[in-house]
Amino acid sequence: MARNWWKVLSALLVLTTLVIGLKAPLAPGIAEVSPERLAYGVNSVTVTGYNTRFAEGEEDLQVWLSNGTQLICPYELSVVNDRELRATFSIPEKTEDAFFDLYVNNSKDGTVMLESAFMQKDLTVVASLPENERNPSCVRKPAVTEAAEFNFPNQSILNETIRNLFFHVPAWFTMMLLMGFSLAYSILYLRRSDMAYDAKASDAATVGLVFAAAGLATGSVWARFTWGAWWVSDPRLNGAALGVLVYLAYFVLKSSVNDSEKAAALGAVYNIFAFVMMMLFIMVLPRMTDSLHPGVGGNPAFSQYDLDDNMRMIFYPAVIGWMGIGVWIMQLMNRTSALKRAKILREYA
Amino acid sequence: MWVEIKAVFLKDLRSEWRQRHAAGSVFLYVLASVFVAYLAFREIADVPTWNALFWIISLFAAFNAAARSFANENGGRRLYLYTLARPEAVVLGKMMYNALLLLIMVFAGFAFFALTLGTVPLRGADPAALVAALALGSLGLGLILTLVSALASHTDNNLGLMAILGLPVILPFLLILMRFSKNALDGLPWSVNGVYALQLGAVSVLSLALSYILFPYLWRE
Repeated sequence: MARNWWKVLSALLVLTTLVIGLKAPLAPGIAEVSPERLAYGVNSVTVTGYNTRFAEGEEDLQVWLSNGTQLICPYELSVVNDRELRATFSIPEKTEDAFFDLYVNNSKDGTVMLESAFMQKDLTVVASLPENERNPSCVRKPAVTEAAEFNFPNQSILNETIRNLFFHVPAWFTMMLLMGFSLAYSILYLRRSDMAYDAKASDAATVGLVFAAAGLATGSVWARFTWGAWWVSDPRLNGAALGVLVYLAYFVLKSSVNDSEKAAALGAVYNIFAFVMMMLFIMVLPRMTDSLHPGVGGNPAFSQYDLDDNMRMIFYPAVIGWMGIGVWIMQLMNRTSALKRAKILREYA
Repeated sequence: MWVEIKAVFLKDLRSEWRQRHAAGSVFLYVLASVFVAYLAFREIADVPTWNALFWIISLFAAFNAAARSFANENGGRRLYLYTLARPEAVVLGKMMYNALLLLIMVFAGFAFFALTLGTVPLRGADPAALVAALALGSLGLGLILTLVSALASHTDNNLGLMAILGLPVILPFLLILMRFSKNALDGLPWSVNGVYALQLGAVSVLSLALSYILFPYLWRE
């Protein structure tokens, strides 16, 4: 037990992050507005919320638009149900920004906002409004929520798929860790010529490939929902595909040689050569072109803006848990392959 | 060390000269591919297509050329070679020979390609950058594929495995190369394009170092 504590820990981490990651709700948010353009004069808009409680928090409900330095409040506001409300705004002729941000506040949901919710239509956009045309702030002191339940940020476009962070990213991290193990065992094989190291290197690569497949699958689903296609030609994605190809080629190379010691040496050399070349290109290549993928080509990684404390609280344990599970599977494979080798030796003895 | 590298290099050069028809087959491969492209396209005025097609043909020619680099040394002859020279010297000599072969092949192929598929994309080109692209490209292809060829030569399915092992490794290099050569065709200044030349050079040096370290583990098998 003393030596296996990390296996228990990993399993528990994976299990808890799986359950919380999938079950905890998203924070309230604004799913959509209609119409999406505001013209001069009276505009009636419908706001559709997600996980919101408009009806429950109706008594202190406030809705306002933000445009440059100006705040615009509706002169008519009606709640249809928890998910839907109607507001009527009077839009002035001159605005400071082409886009209006929408805010909804009540004591149940807190403040919910949709950035650039509306676009202007035939309005005059000026740099800043003259002093006499500005209207005084119409927003009362916003209501604060009573301690909200544990939830994840609700971001437009990402929406519910934000949970994929707990599965997609750990899968790739685990794959990289396992490929690192594979590389280390290949180096050890070349130094010591012990077949056990060769088996360990190829086991690590096998498990790594499984996690790569998981990373590709989760990434593909995520890309479909956020970028609109199962696969986009993107340096990070193509790099990942190449990485998978390299390890498939490694297995083809090993299986195409009958002499197992020769296969081990060839495999080890290719593993090291390919790993170094891949790493070099993964560092260099994404800087060549822009990328949609976070963390590439001047695109900030998630941690900078989007990871709030609740996300972190699940994300980091998930990474550690999946890495532990990956190493555990690798060790199990090592042990079975060692047993298989011993059995073959016994049969020939 | 240098003496050994030179000896291996000259030995390859001489044995190639004695079997001219074998070396000619690689050139014929380029000629035939370009001719097929010519029959299919007649003329290509679009710079990216012209550029991509040229490098794809060069890539497969490079695979063909590199696949032959260890073909002559099988069994006894390989053993004899390694008694004469250190394995590091053998691989470096072979790499240099491959790079030279590809240098000639790529430049000759380029001339023939321009001749048949039209020189329209060459009008705005920066000649110095284009020559650099051809030189760095052939150098890198030759160097990287030599180690892959050494791996594949130990198996039965030499050319097939060469493609499987080589393509994922060479593809990123090829992407940088295509970008560099397209920019050269578009006549972009060095301040923009220089970084790609640097990357191509760095990858070539890295593959040289890796082969130097790894090859000694390979030859004994």
